[in-house]
Amino acid sequence: MSGRRIQQGGRVDRSRAIRFTFDGKGYSGFAGDTLASALLANGVQVFGRSFKYHRPRGVIAAGSEEPNALVTVMRDEARCTPNLRATQVELYDGLVARSQNRWPSLDFDVQAVNDLLSPLLPSAFYYKTFMWPRAAWHKLYEPVIRRAAGLGESPTLPDPDRYSQRFAHCDVLVVGAGPAGLAAALTASASGARVMLCDEQPEFGGSLLDEPAATIDGATTADWIRDSMATLRSRANVTLLTRTTAFGYFPHNLIGLNERITEHLPAPAADMPRERLWQVRAARVLIAAGSIERPLVFPGNDRPGVMLASAARTYLHRYGVAVGQNVVLVTGSDAAYAAALDLHAAGVRVALIADVRADATGAPLDLARQAGIEVVTGATVLGTRGRLGVREVTIGVLARGTVNDTRRVKCDALLLSGGYTPSVHLFSQSRGKLEFNEARQAFLPSVSAEPESSAGSCRGIDGYTQVLNDGARVGAASALAAGYSVAAPEYRVQALEFGMHGLPGVLPQASPLQPARAFVDFQNDVTSKDLALAMREGFESVEHIKRYTTTGMATDQGKTSNMNALAFVAGELGRTIPKVGLTTFRMPYTPVTFGIFAGYDRGDLFDPVRTTSMHDWAVQQGAVFEDVGQWKRARYFPRSGEDMHAAVDRECKAVRTGVGMFDASTLGTIEVVGPDAATFLSRLYVNGFSTLAVGRSRYGILLRDDGFIYDDGVIARIAGERFHVTTTTGGAARVFGMMEDYLQTEWPDLRCWLTSTTEQWAVIAVQGPRARDVLAPLVSDVDLSAAALPHLGVTQGRICGVPMRLFRMSFTGELGYEVNVPADYGLAVWEAIHAAGQPHGITPYGTETMHVLRAEKGYIIVGQETDGTVTPDDAGLGWAIAKSKPDFVGKRSLARETMHAPDRKQLVGLLTVDPKVVLEEGAQIVATPGQHAPMKMIGHVTSSYHSAVLGRSIALALLRGGRARIGETLYVPMPGGEIAVQVTATVFYDVEGARLHG
Amino acid sequence: MLLIQCPYCGLRPELEFAYAGQAHVARPADPSATTPDQWTEFLYLRDNTRGIHAERWRHVRGCARFFNALRDTTTDQFLATYRAGESMPVLQQAGQKP
Amino acid sequence: MVDAALRRIVSLPTAAWLDSPVPAARFILRGAAATRAAAGQGFGLSLPETACRATTDGNRAALWLGPDEQLLLAPDGEAELIEASLARALQGHAYSLVDVSHRQVGIGLHGPRAEWLLQSQCPLPLNLRDFPAGMCTRTVFGKAEIVLWRPAEQVFRLEVWRSFATYVVELLCEIDRESVA
Repeated sequence: MSGRRIQQGGRVDRSRAIRFTFDGKGYSGFAGDTLASALLANGVQVFGRSFKYHRPRGVIAAGSEEPNALVTVMRDEARCTPNLRATQVELYDGLVARSQNRWPSLDFDVQAVNDLLSPLLPSAFYYKTFMWPRAAWHKLYEPVIRRAAGLGESPTLPDPDRYSQRFAHCDVLVVGAGPAGLAAALTASASGARVMLCDEQPEFGGSLLDEPAATIDGATTADWIRDSMATLRSRANVTLLTRTTAFGYFPHNLIGLNERITEHLPAPAADMPRERLWQVRAARVLIAAGSIERPLVFPGNDRPGVMLASAARTYLHRYGVAVGQNVVLVTGSDAAYAAALDLHAAGVRVALIADVRADATGAPLDLARQAGIEVVTGATVLGTRGRLGVREVTIGVLARGTVNDTRRVKCDALLLSGGYTPSVHLFSQSRGKLEFNEARQAFLPSVSAEPESSAGSCRGIDGYTQVLNDGARVGAASALAAGYSVAAPEYRVQALEFGMHGLPGVLPQASPLQPARAFVDFQNDVTSKDLALAMREGFESVEHIKRYTTTGMATDQGKTSNMNALAFVAGELGRTIPKVGLTTFRMPYTPVTFGIFAGYDRGDLFDPVRTTSMHDWAVQQGAVFEDVGQWKRARYFPRSGEDMHAAVDRECKAVRTGVGMFDASTLGTIEVVGPDAATFLSRLYVNGFSTLAVGRSRYGILLRDDGFIYDDGVIARIAGERFHVTTTTGGAARVFGMMEDYLQTEWPDLRCWLTSTTEQWAVIAVQGPRARDVLAPLVSDVDLSAAALPHLGVTQGRICGVPMRLFRMSFTGELGYEVNVPADYGLAVWEAIHAAGQPHGITPYGTETMHVLRAEKGYIIVGQETDGTVTPDDAGLGWAIAKSKPDFVGKRSLARETMHAPDRKQLVGLLTVDPKVVLEEGAQIVATPGQHAPMKMIGHVTSSYHSAVLGRSIALALLRGGRARIGETLYVPMPGGEIAVQVTATVFYDVEGARLHG
Repeated sequence: MLLIQCPYCGLRPELEFAYAGQAHVARPADPSATTPDQWTEFLYLRDNTRGIHAERWRHVRGCARFFNALRDTTTDQFLATYRAGESMPVLQQAGQKP
Repeated sequence: MVDAALRRIVSLPTAAWLDSPVPAARFILRGAAATRAAAGQGFGLSLPETACRATTDGNRAALWLGPDEQLLLAPDGEAELIEASLARALQGHAYSLVDVSHRQVGIGLHGPRAEWLLQSQCPLPLNLRDFPAGMCTRTVFGKAEIVLWRPAEQVFRLEVWRSFATYVVELLCEIDRESVA
């Protein structure tokens, strides 16, 4: 047992004990503990097994940079979150946590054999090994690798929690509420600017929380933080967000924040979202992200009990936990001396400070020695011992570049400091330019790409007084840039602090030619040896080395490892660090749950569900619906015992022999109004409209300028300067957009305007030989006779007293009407027609029947018979083109030679030789039977149905040179054998079209 | 998510806009008079600019207007937006050329 | 006239901050800027000259949607009157007037939570400085297009195409479940 709770100190609430379990064993901690601090207080050192070699690992940090101590927290089967950093998991009563990457137990793990096999598992082992035979990949290699690899396990049940999303806007967004961020927020908000301040931790203060003995302007840090927070809370222009990570910097100053709302609560209220995504648009972003201490790289540096000196200090001062009773510090930085002195003062034995700098000197060393701590300079670490935790460290002393003196020192914790790396992740994400600072041995923000500034130690500022004042100054400057003026205050801090400079890279070893197996990236299990191998194999670009070895990748994004890896690579290649360059920092800064990206978009709110005025009626009638875009459309109306086939047969027969009714409200409708409306439509559609009389309509085909069919519909002239244009259901929005585009940008001189009226109208199609009889008693001010209202006639009148636009039109080939009434009246009029139709056996029908009926007549559906490569002539619609028009959209393309090639795919009918066989839509067509693959495909089936009225199957197809092949027998190869088909014309029923005019 | 200056509505979020391709590609006044190559050029051939690109946007969930913009494709920064039919603005800042 | 019983308004969830939708007369008026003054006379309310602003006399309202597009709102039953009076006033002008009374649903939000609810899924800044009373615009709310108008500081009116109204109100109610942090 090494770690222990000390008698006093820390910010935990010792009056509130919290029970929790880790790997099934019960422990106790205090309110305010993290899982890491509570486990350390209980003497736990091993937190998990590593990713690749399954080596036992402890906690090395105290914050979000922790690469090792990844745990799974289980609330229940569905709420099981893997890969949480134990350093960020706040303790709550009843918390259940599990270690990861171990089987059967943390202390004994079968795959730890990987560690012994490590000479066989070099960089890119998977790429190099699991290549042959190819067939083994899916069945053998991949499943094994997947089981062995990966971090944690995801839950198997749907996520029951709610996730929230918000947009927010502010003048200054301050990221990080340490000394710089707090000073910045205090100053900027004093100007009146709207300020948002976020921090990933549960309380504001950042590194100041680790400094109980320091004073700011004479006040203790605890008092200063409390007073500052009171000030910020009192300001209405300030939004404060704890437990909130700025995870991504998006263009034009949009920052993604991930707020964790209920993760720390033992029993969250059901309505509370678990997490929230904030999309914050800030006039100015102020990054006060602080800096992260680097570990040192030497053999055995990943043993549990090895941790950052700053972390030991945090555990001591924030949680009242001593990470060991007998510690050794290894440092390349003055910063570690503060930890040594604080631990010493807390009663921890500091066995040795091994300073790797031969020339280390000055106040920190003097103070340590005065306290009776032994300090050696020019030291290095040759190795560590201890099966599940460090028990001994071998220190070497360097003289003239070689190790000439080694000694073994007993310890139960080994604390490292390689100096601090400024956290430039967000700045780098913003595409700001980083510059290497020789003195600081660090990359620092230089040229901004977005309206942002960095403040404090994330831009290399050292020392609390300087950091606070920098925060205040940058806070004032940010407010000013957003249009608010304020003077920056001056702070004065007294604290035990030394410089944060350090030495990145790998510590020297006895045999420099044999790179030691020292861990550079703990999370990805990348060693200095792996990096060296990658370089020997010819990888010199740092981006390539990153991908080949995986260093700095994944959830960790190299927070503790990047600079060490870079310095090592630079050293080996004999280049400077800036010459080697830095890999790109990727978002998210720390992992973000998918839940917040889904937000409200789940269940019924996943996408708007659009329904028509008559939807509820169809639901009551037991209709089966299909999704057409966002619309729900009734597909068929089964009666009891009917399957779709039986229902569709019945519905089809009803329309052909009596009368049916159909909800056509989802078809797009556009009202085109103005003196130039007819000209506009004539320029757009292939048809002519100038000659279209008021009260008449015409089938219109719309091409794009490439000559291919884009949409179709019926265009009716309601008045001289007013047209009612219908589009396909799916084409409504894009056709409207295309029309606006031509009007606004190509023909702005045309005086006509568009209004979408899709949702203004409920559209009821009444189709069949009895259609007129059904409508006649319901309408007024309308003459339904064939003479007064012939096929494609349009009129206005009333139905059931409701104003109506009545179209004589037919997508079935029968006598038909489409009744358009304002949508709020749709249901009442539908019900009235349904009632009036009872004596005639009126039958509601759905989209499936509509499809069969139109296919029997050879009418195309855009998107089914067409696919963006079909011209009007290909579809057999060449007759619709007004050839005398000088131009229309697509006309020039139709004049291209290839558009008339005789072997273009043309629309034809297909009749299977066996009338019972219904072809599969999408099936390919070949000319001769018995071909071997690859066969020569000459067409494909676009529509295929059983036709009740014909008592057999029918199909439409696009076929090379199809119209010249009518009468031929072709073949449709299917897994069960070839199906012989005969090529026919596209119209299968009522070829003369007499029924239409009834 | 970009912020885009709609020439009618002001600075608005990208969610309200639709991209509409390269700007200043005028449809020939008399398409039938174009050669196949000219027509192909108009239909299919577009610049793939690294740097300042003149492009069309539509404030489709706003005023619904199409307009033009100069955007630096390397930085995603807009240098100007202007109404359809207006000529391309001349950029004043040093080092920026349309 | 039409039997009022024949009319079925989209039925929507209810909430304390939500006004139940009422039928209204609505028109989209489109035309060159030159028609605006005459149209205002015909409508009995001058139309907004400024982008993204509405005019209202408490009874009728005109919302700027685009440089050549205005949404006219009036009490239910006034549609025929408005159509006739605008036709008279705009005689000789080129314009388009289309009745969209049934195309969309008016959703009213009021009270101190209204802005907070809308800001959740509307990407525009809705604070009073950026979106003052009198402002209106087409925008998005979640995955739906809406017209958003703020007649007064704590009053919003959404004009939503009818098939999107249920989605919009259900989404507002879902957001409402979160207590204000």
